[in-house]
Amino acid sequence: MTDLHIGTDRPTDAERAAVDAVVGGTLGPAVVVEGERLVRGGLSRRNDRRHLLLPALHALQRVAGWISPGGINHIAEVLAVPPADAYGVATFYDLFQVDQPGHDGDVTHVCVDAACQIAGSAGEVERLRAAGVPVEASPCLGQCERPVATFVQGRGRPDRVPADDEAGDASGSGSAGPTGSGAAVPSVPQSGQPGLRLLRRIGRAAGPVDPTSLDAYVRAGGYAAMTEAFRRGPDGVIDEVVTSGLMGRGGAAFPTGVKWRAVAGEPGPRHVVVNADESEPGTFKDRVLLENDPFALIEAMTIAGFAVGAEKGWIYIRGEYPLATRRLAEAIDAATAAGFLGPRIARSSFDFEIEIRRGAGAYICGEETALFNSLEGFRGEPRQKPPFPTTNGLFGRPTVINNPETLVNVLDIVTDGGDAYAAIGTEGSNGSKLFCLSGRVARPGVYEVDFGATLGELLDLAGGVTGDLRAVLLGGAAGSFVGPDRLDLPLTFEATRAAGLSLGSGVVMAFDHTVDLAAVVTRIADFFRHESCGQCVPCRVGTTRQHELLVELSSKPAGPDRVGSLRLDTDLLDEIDRAMKDASICGLGHTAGTAVRSAIDLGLVPATNGDSP
Amino acid sequence: MTTIDSGRSTGPGPGEAAGTPVALTVDGRPVEVTDGATVLDACTAAGVETPTLCWAANLTPVNACRLCVVEQEGSRTLVPACSRLAEEGMVLHTDSERVRHSRKMVLEFLGSASELDQAPDLARWSAHYGADPGRYGPAGATMDEEVRVQDDLYIRDYDRCVLCYKCVEACGDDAQHTYAITMSGRGFGARISTEFDVTLPESACVYCGNCVAVCPTNALQFKTEFDLREAGSWRPDDQTVTRTVCSYCGVGCNLELHVQDETIVKVTSPDDHDVTSGHLCIKGRFGWGYVHGR
Amino acid sequence: MFGAGGGTSSYREIEETDVIVLWGSNAREAHPIFFHHLMKGLDNGARMYCIDPRRTSSSRFADAWLGLDVGTDIALANAVGREIIANDWHDRAFIDRATTGFDHYRAAVEPYTLDRAAAITGVPGEAIAELARAYATAEQAQILWTLGITEHHNAVDNVLALCNLALLTGHIGRWGSGLVPLRGQNNVQGGGDMGALPNKLPGFADIVDAEARARFEAVWEAPVPPEPGLHLTLMFEAMERGDLRAVYCIGENPADSEADVTNARKLLADLELLIVQDIFLTRTAELADVVFPASVAWAESDGTVTSSERRVQRVRAAVPPPGEARDDIDIIGELARRLDYDWGKPSPQDLWDELRSLSPLHRGMSWERLEAEGGLQWPCPDEDHPGSPFLHGWLWEPDLGGRQPAPFSVVEHAGPIEELSDEFPLRLTTGRALDSYNTGVQSGSLESPIRSGDTIDVSEADAARLGITAGMRVRVTSPRGSVEMPARIDPGLPEGLTFTTFHFPELVDVNQLTNDAWDKRSGTSEFKAASIRIEPLAAASPGSGPAAVVDGSGAGAGG
Repeated sequence: MTDLHIGTDRPTDAERAAVDAVVGGTLGPAVVVEGERLVRGGLSRRNDRRHLLLPALHALQRVAGWISPGGINHIAEVLAVPPADAYGVATFYDLFQVDQPGHDGDVTHVCVDAACQIAGSAGEVERLRAAGVPVEASPCLGQCERPVATFVQGRGRPDRVPADDEAGDASGSGSAGPTGSGAAVPSVPQSGQPGLRLLRRIGRAAGPVDPTSLDAYVRAGGYAAMTEAFRRGPDGVIDEVVTSGLMGRGGAAFPTGVKWRAVAGEPGPRHVVVNADESEPGTFKDRVLLENDPFALIEAMTIAGFAVGAEKGWIYIRGEYPLATRRLAEAIDAATAAGFLGPRIARSSFDFEIEIRRGAGAYICGEETALFNSLEGFRGEPRQKPPFPTTNGLFGRPTVINNPETLVNVLDIVTDGGDAYAAIGTEGSNGSKLFCLSGRVARPGVYEVDFGATLGELLDLAGGVTGDLRAVLLGGAAGSFVGPDRLDLPLTFEATRAAGLSLGSGVVMAFDHTVDLAAVVTRIADFFRHESCGQCVPCRVGTTRQHELLVELSSKPAGPDRVGSLRLDTDLLDEIDRAMKDASICGLGHTAGTAVRSAIDLGLVPATNGDSP
Repeated sequence: MTTIDSGRSTGPGPGEAAGTPVALTVDGRPVEVTDGATVLDACTAAGVETPTLCWAANLTPVNACRLCVVEQEGSRTLVPACSRLAEEGMVLHTDSERVRHSRKMVLEFLGSASELDQAPDLARWSAHYGADPGRYGPAGATMDEEVRVQDDLYIRDYDRCVLCYKCVEACGDDAQHTYAITMSGRGFGARISTEFDVTLPESACVYCGNCVAVCPTNALQFKTEFDLREAGSWRPDDQTVTRTVCSYCGVGCNLELHVQDETIVKVTSPDDHDVTSGHLCIKGRFGWGYVHGR
Repeated sequence: MFGAGGGTSSYREIEETDVIVLWGSNAREAHPIFFHHLMKGLDNGARMYCIDPRRTSSSRFADAWLGLDVGTDIALANAVGREIIANDWHDRAFIDRATTGFDHYRAAVEPYTLDRAAAITGVPGEAIAELARAYATAEQAQILWTLGITEHHNAVDNVLALCNLALLTGHIGRWGSGLVPLRGQNNVQGGGDMGALPNKLPGFADIVDAEARARFEAVWEAPVPPEPGLHLTLMFEAMERGDLRAVYCIGENPADSEADVTNARKLLADLELLIVQDIFLTRTAELADVVFPASVAWAESDGTVTSSERRVQRVRAAVPPPGEARDDIDIIGELARRLDYDWGKPSPQDLWDELRSLSPLHRGMSWERLEAEGGLQWPCPDEDHPGSPFLHGWLWEPDLGGRQPAPFSVVEHAGPIEELSDEFPLRLTTGRALDSYNTGVQSGSLESPIRSGDTIDVSEADAARLGITAGMRVRVTSPRGSVEMPARIDPGLPEGLTFTTFHFPELVDVNQLTNDAWDKRSGTSEFKAASIRIEPLAAASPGSGPAAVVDGSGAGAGG
């Protein structure tokens, strides 16, 4: 420890109790006072409990509605984190406030990103404000299939998503157990249809598998893959995953087996981390998967831990997903109670445990190294790569970090073998893929197709476009707009790459001619400006200047008053985009100008100095 | 400015063996550095001057400003010279169109957001790369901060801040381990701050001034310099810099006395001397007033 | 230590050591930049044990803080030694080859069982055992100390007790291992090196050594008195007896800094002649018959100083001295001229070259090398020698480089002279604060935003018992005097221990309280252990000024 200076503000009893409930019992005190003449500490321990900072801040925020100076000081004392550092971390996240709120109620966050924007979120914000509800305009809340999305941050009670309460479907009924025999899951319009792989337990023909019941999961074939994994052994599992050609579903499409093999070859201790910080505007597949099939992820993580020799798994899930978080926590408890997690799993010699960490409203934390920093209790700023997570990941240790959808694929790969899996899909894209359809389609939701389906086929699956298709946002805010001329594009890694596009996280958001696309594009620019972590100059200032230029382009006539009075054309945007792509630290900056550029190319925004199309 | 200088101190301790050689190419020239050297080291070895901002010899690279980026063949993006380790066989270009463009844009971005009129190095590089911060017009967001004058030792003028993290590092793990300041907020709203922006005397600050010493833009400024500048009588060209040894405890910290009109106007420490690595304590940095009978 | 008066190690070594034993030193505040090197060591994985009666800011970085009673260091060190031997962790080969007196040492420490040491020191026995194991079994380990070891009546014994531990384990004479006294003043090392010791000539030549004297006499063209002179404490005793009637005091402020300062001031005032050479009219200078105004050595004149790692470095004039102030060399030369000795006008470099001709330790340190190499560490016997990062490598040579083995010393616990009593039940110890320095002559003008002034720091338990609240004014009384000052409550203090700094003598005459009992060999007074009582006066009121002397027997500010 160090000679920390902690100010004089003290916590309230409630704040102290809330923090202690999170921190206490997990670790001993940072400084051990063994009587008046012996105190133990040590600089080497100064960060060893810092990973509890985010949970402690969540506890403070919930009990007090803000992060108070007294609360920060208490956290600083029990976690031996400098107060300034704790403050710096708190101010990084949208879900933490460091100003005293003027009310003592809940706060309603209303999504203002594309899918909700075109469904009238601005009006919803106004309506709630007029009704006296404390409201915050929020980046994408991951509920694009049911706009306008809201999320309620509880004061003194758990956070919740009103749509979960209203839905009354299998995904929303919490402890009510299996509901409605065979009732469809609204977010999964295909539910109950044959031929599904990843979604087969959700609303299956014989009735959905109760996501709160381990028994139901096992009855539906759950944990057969783990048994098979134990039989194959760690190397055997990795061989099958390599053979399967499985590639990451979070957006980067890196071969999963290669990643696992690299980590397995590094000295321990090793970690398995699930990146469930699903925040890419337009994306909600992981939420739906985790709410409705949490045991599948737990089982797949356990297999990953077994394969690479990790004793500890972490799920970092975005803070706006209270139901998925609860389902996962319950699943971990049930699996632990049944001996599927913990020491000597299923009478093997393999020990594995899983901890959940909630994000707190920061898109950047979906970047894997930013996620590590966030989980460790630092600001969610990306790290320079190399070194890569396979050697220097969580806590500096070799780490497998995977998207939930990616991991759930592993169950079938282990059970059926890598070759069988590789036979599904196309030459360059094996298996099936979840897509998030939203915007102007008849039946928004999560859809699963084997790789090879075209954009048009997918839109048809969702009941087709409502209205005249003007553009599709493919891959999310970090992806690109494509025009109606691309409907025959196969949604595979290889075909999109060849077209200079990206599947991203599987976003397919449709826009018709009634949509003010200039506003949508400006909002995307605003999103990146808001979500840039601020660490590197190209992104911090580049996203700001990009947004300012778009506001000017779409709001003012050409003339000397506009930003960049020298040239009002899109060359400046292009220059900014190139610098962000070339010189930013991480993917956020690299892609922050991509959608804007594609929109200009498609003529979706007034682009040039007075001669817009 | 004249400097009465002395060189680097005695060499490395026992057991510090020379590293394995690493061969690479910089702008077509073959260069050899030792294992653990950075691309920046390699560029320097090749005789190429690299602009830096957030890098300093006495701090761990944070790789945040991205001013030092170079083009590495085979890499999709440019790589930061300061923090990227040199690898065998790397082929690097430091003056390609992509490199020049990114450096120009970084300088423009900085100049459009922060007041840089006391950062001569950045001005020189801006001229070199043709950066024109003015082309974003006057309407763009800027740091827009008031000068914080909270004591008699140093001031904080965050209008000049470029968020390079140097002060945070010097206050924290890289030197002082006091952790009085941190990066707060996010994106363009990020600012260097104490907890809840409390004043420095209320914070953990121990006034070592090591943050001031590493600040590249004068956002952190000794009060003596600030007052002279306010009075219009700060004349760096008329100043001498003399190296001597601190008068307080027996550690033997090297000081550089900056003198104008026969009066000490500020004190720094050479970052290439292994006793201080450029860092001082409150007494050495600020405790010189008695020389002038104060 | 083993024939050379300097710390054994370079600062850089602590960055690479495995175990750091910081004993009686609050380097975080008193030697902040050395502590930077220490923290690099901790960042590199070193463990640190802090032995200090107070849980200081340095201690807060420690893996373990051992809060011993003031003045029980020898008992703790001997118990560590006994534990090392009992567990066979000592380095037998090193002891056999490089030391003498081990058997006597072993016998002497045998009574210092963990239980007995715990009873004397207050530190739990298992913590002492852990310290012994950590230190002895480390690949590299250093012991560092400051005035917490040396400001005691048995200072030399304290140091020897620590040296024994290094000899026992071989943690000496190797990179990363060593014994490091951190020097409190910027040239206290250099002063000793240059012969400003009563029994030494420059380069640590012994004054009783006729051969050495002859070398100096040849160059100085004057006889060197063969008897050791008086150190400061003996000087005051000589003044007391009337044997010493004239004093020439250069750059020292004993009228503020001596223990039992009331008596010291009286003795200085009663001298037949007191000459003071200083940069300010200090309280001592106010008592002087003649004052020579001097230039500021490090900013107004050229020369060298030597640091705690024996590094000789150049100081340089950056500004001209004010008014009639002159360089020390000029003043002394002028004085000599008036006494009919014309030394000419030697430059600092001339004097340095003379020193080099007489001191083999410095012979290789040419002025040019000092400039070019940023300082050199002695010994540096010739101009091709790189200087010496650490001392005593000869202990590891098969024939000890032809030297005598290093002796173990038998030292026994002897607590503070001034025992606690019903009348004076609290222990007072003194030290420095980060932003202040000694009696404040230099640091007093620093407008430090973090300065709280001298306070009497008391433990939470004592504060509660005595009814003292934070900021309350209290009367502090020792057998020698009484002062009023504000109280501060420090949770880092164990019950029964109080602490104060001594930086503001014009406000709080702390050294009226301190004990002038002193060590016969080092001449250092027992600043670290007085007995006192504290009486609350009244709660702090807004606007109440700093403390003032209330009972100072006539020698207050300006007296």
